[in-house]
Amino acid sequence: MSVFIIRRLMQSVVVVFVMTLIVFFGVMVIGNPVDILIGQDCDGPCREQVIRALGLHLPLHEQYFVFVKNALKGELGVSFRAGIPAIHLIFERMPATMELAFSAMFMAIVIGIPLGMWAGLKPNSVSGKLIMGGSILGFSLPSFWVGLMFIMIFAVALDWLPATGRGDTIPVLGLQLSLFTLDGLSHLILPAINLALFKMSLVIRLTRAGMREALFMDYVKFAYAKGLGQRRVVLVHVLKNILIPVVTVLGLELGNVIAFSVVTETVFSWPGMGKLIIDSIDVLDRPVVVAYLMITVFMFIFINLVVDIFYSMLDPRVRLQGAER
Amino acid sequence: MKNLLAGLVSGVAATLLWSAASADELKLAVKTETSGIDPHWQTLIVNIQIDRHFFDHLIEFGDKMELVPGLAASWKALDDKTWEFKLREGVKWQDGSPFTADDVVFTWERIPQVVNAPGPFSQYIRGKKVTKVDDFTVRVSTEAPYPLMETDVAQFAIVSRKNGDGATSADYNSGKATIGTGPFKFVEYVSGDRIVMKANPDYWRGKPKWDRVTIKPIKSGPSRVAALRAGDVDLIDFVPPADINTLKKDSSVSVWQGSSNRPVFLHLDTNRDLSPSMLTNDGKPLWPNPTRDWKVRKAISLAINQEAIVDKVMEGNAILATQLVPPGFFGYNEDLKPGEYDPDRAKKLLAEAGYPDGFRVTLNGTHDRYINDKQIVQTVAQMVSRIGIKVEVRTHPVATYYTTANTGAYSFWLGSHSVSTGEPSAQLNHLIHTTWPGTPYCCTPRGYSNPRVDRIIEKGMVTVDNDEREKLFKQAIGIAVEDIAVIPLHYQLNTWASRPGIEYISRLDEMTLAQNVIKTK
Repeated sequence: MSVFIIRRLMQSVVVVFVMTLIVFFGVMVIGNPVDILIGQDCDGPCREQVIRALGLHLPLHEQYFVFVKNALKGELGVSFRAGIPAIHLIFERMPATMELAFSAMFMAIVIGIPLGMWAGLKPNSVSGKLIMGGSILGFSLPSFWVGLMFIMIFAVALDWLPATGRGDTIPVLGLQLSLFTLDGLSHLILPAINLALFKMSLVIRLTRAGMREALFMDYVKFAYAKGLGQRRVVLVHVLKNILIPVVTVLGLELGNVIAFSVVTETVFSWPGMGKLIIDSIDVLDRPVVVAYLMITVFMFIFINLVVDIFYSMLDPRVRLQGAER
Repeated sequence: MKNLLAGLVSGVAATLLWSAASADELKLAVKTETSGIDPHWQTLIVNIQIDRHFFDHLIEFGDKMELVPGLAASWKALDDKTWEFKLREGVKWQDGSPFTADDVVFTWERIPQVVNAPGPFSQYIRGKKVTKVDDFTVRVSTEAPYPLMETDVAQFAIVSRKNGDGATSADYNSGKATIGTGPFKFVEYVSGDRIVMKANPDYWRGKPKWDRVTIKPIKSGPSRVAALRAGDVDLIDFVPPADINTLKKDSSVSVWQGSSNRPVFLHLDTNRDLSPSMLTNDGKPLWPNPTRDWKVRKAISLAINQEAIVDKVMEGNAILATQLVPPGFFGYNEDLKPGEYDPDRAKKLLAEAGYPDGFRVTLNGTHDRYINDKQIVQTVAQMVSRIGIKVEVRTHPVATYYTTANTGAYSFWLGSHSVSTGEPSAQLNHLIHTTWPGTPYCCTPRGYSNPRVDRIIEKGMVTVDNDEREKLFKQAIGIAVEDIAVIPLHYQLNTWASRPGIEYISRLDEMTLAQNVIKTK
């Protein structure tokens, strides 16, 4: 196991290095941030001053070396726009995104897996067909449209829930969280469902497909023959076997939801990381974009590692293979 | 499912609680967020509109961009190079300390020291030396005659020496140094989410009408409208153009509209013999550049039906433009009329100029910067195509647009330059005067050069006498527009929407200020 993890970590270093090159030079070819940042009346000398202050007078490769040198010290640059370290900006927004992402993933799992199993067990029942039909909707409706509809129905027409923003926060373990206040929950619920819909549909379909396949396997027949009840067969033997694809996809989706819930955060004006990246791209705040993508790379590497560890817990074959090598 | 229900129930409870909140609380939603609370951080309207709540300026721009005495009770030019400002007496900082000339001197010292400012205010104090005469008098002197003293001084906020000495931008963001003389006191700033402030009961202009103000950035237009309709906020700015006419008919929403300081116009690259996207009909570079000929420029101008753009594309939410500054501004030339629409004469002029079959050109525009910008360039392209010039349209995000324009890559492009100082010197310097790198006449894309106009502009820029300068600027604008240096299209309107019972006094400069929100019920 530890050999496996060490090998994965070494691969990761290479990935991170290649990403710094792609991200840094990729971002540098888009536009000129100075034209966006300065006021329209900022003339020659003023412009020169800004270019120097932001370090943009250096040749591109020197800018890259400065970036790598600072990155090795754990500093990923200072935001052009806000003038504070990019990493602070990102971590400041992280709790908001995390609670949104985890609420959405939680909903997707606790609602998606049981529904998917039900649809797999009773594929021809009305309820099973309804679940599958609903999942197609959840898949195919564009999330910005669903978000706006949620706002129109629950905030404007019914006036039950607030339309935008994040509610009151209280500090929990040093993080500002809105999960534990009424106002916070009321703000959280619409964006979380909006974000959860797609994942939920994904989980339902994956679980159902797995169920359909697993129910005809020999080990299931054998388990029934052994005299086990349906409840035990489905919830223990089948569930364990169908979770592998679900865990893989959920792992990747978690990364996606944390890093790129841009649409939902924009529609609901949720002050999270997704909104930060899109705002930063708009004003060409290069250090924030670069830092953000670097953190995203780290996060995906970490999540993939965790997913691999989960595999080995769910499926002994993965563990054994690792040991043989 | 359980947490879903719990959420719904708590949501209802929260809504009830919210409606019970104080009636003197105002929630504003703005399109663009400030980049920081430090008033000397970035010279953008979205930053200045926040600092105007906490701080005062020596001279302030009023609702119509007229100059209003702020912390300076009066001022005058002693001679061509020296100005004297008499400061308002009895004004207190929000911590109770008195406002004096020392604070003005300190502000002058601080502005150049704001390191890494992405939009430095030092451009407004460059070349101006400030000296304290007594506690309530300062003199500002310049090396050369400088007529724009008042509008430059109106751009920046005055900060207190006591609280600002040694303070960094972070200290302003945290509120530690954000102690101004303004109508509101800093409560909280959460970047990306909200700015909260409370009334300063001792404000020298009188206690503000709102006890507590929250300003939230909501970037997406539909979300901003939804937030207003859901009652999350009381007022929104930049109503999306597609919603304006619907909201006007809706009795549960009030719409507040006023003219803006933003003209929208088209540029032609008239300056170079060979222009990158001016091509012959079979796609070869076209020499000489046809728009060097006034007749071709006039033909293009005659082909464009300005009124149709205002009526159809802008759905009436714009005003026909005649020049580079809207009516009422210093330097507005009353003799100029909106461009005529006469496609037949346009075709004739084109033939006279030697292009009976037209030529090819690319029209560039933004698609995310000005109201309906994409539709405007598409419409203009259609109109100009009708007289035989084949126009291809290309739209770009603003993030790359002006950078590319600055390299001289465009031959025909959409532009706009807001009149942020209330007078036309910036338009003349940045759009009409020949471009000279490294001088104030630089750094914005332009396609015109006329030594005669240059000389008038340069003369205006050293004429301190207001009447004399206005005459020169009017003359420069007149010649430039007649010569079709740019093709003016329209002036944008600024639009706010509020819940009933609230009125917004519209501002030309696009600012959304709690001071301008009036409670009518």
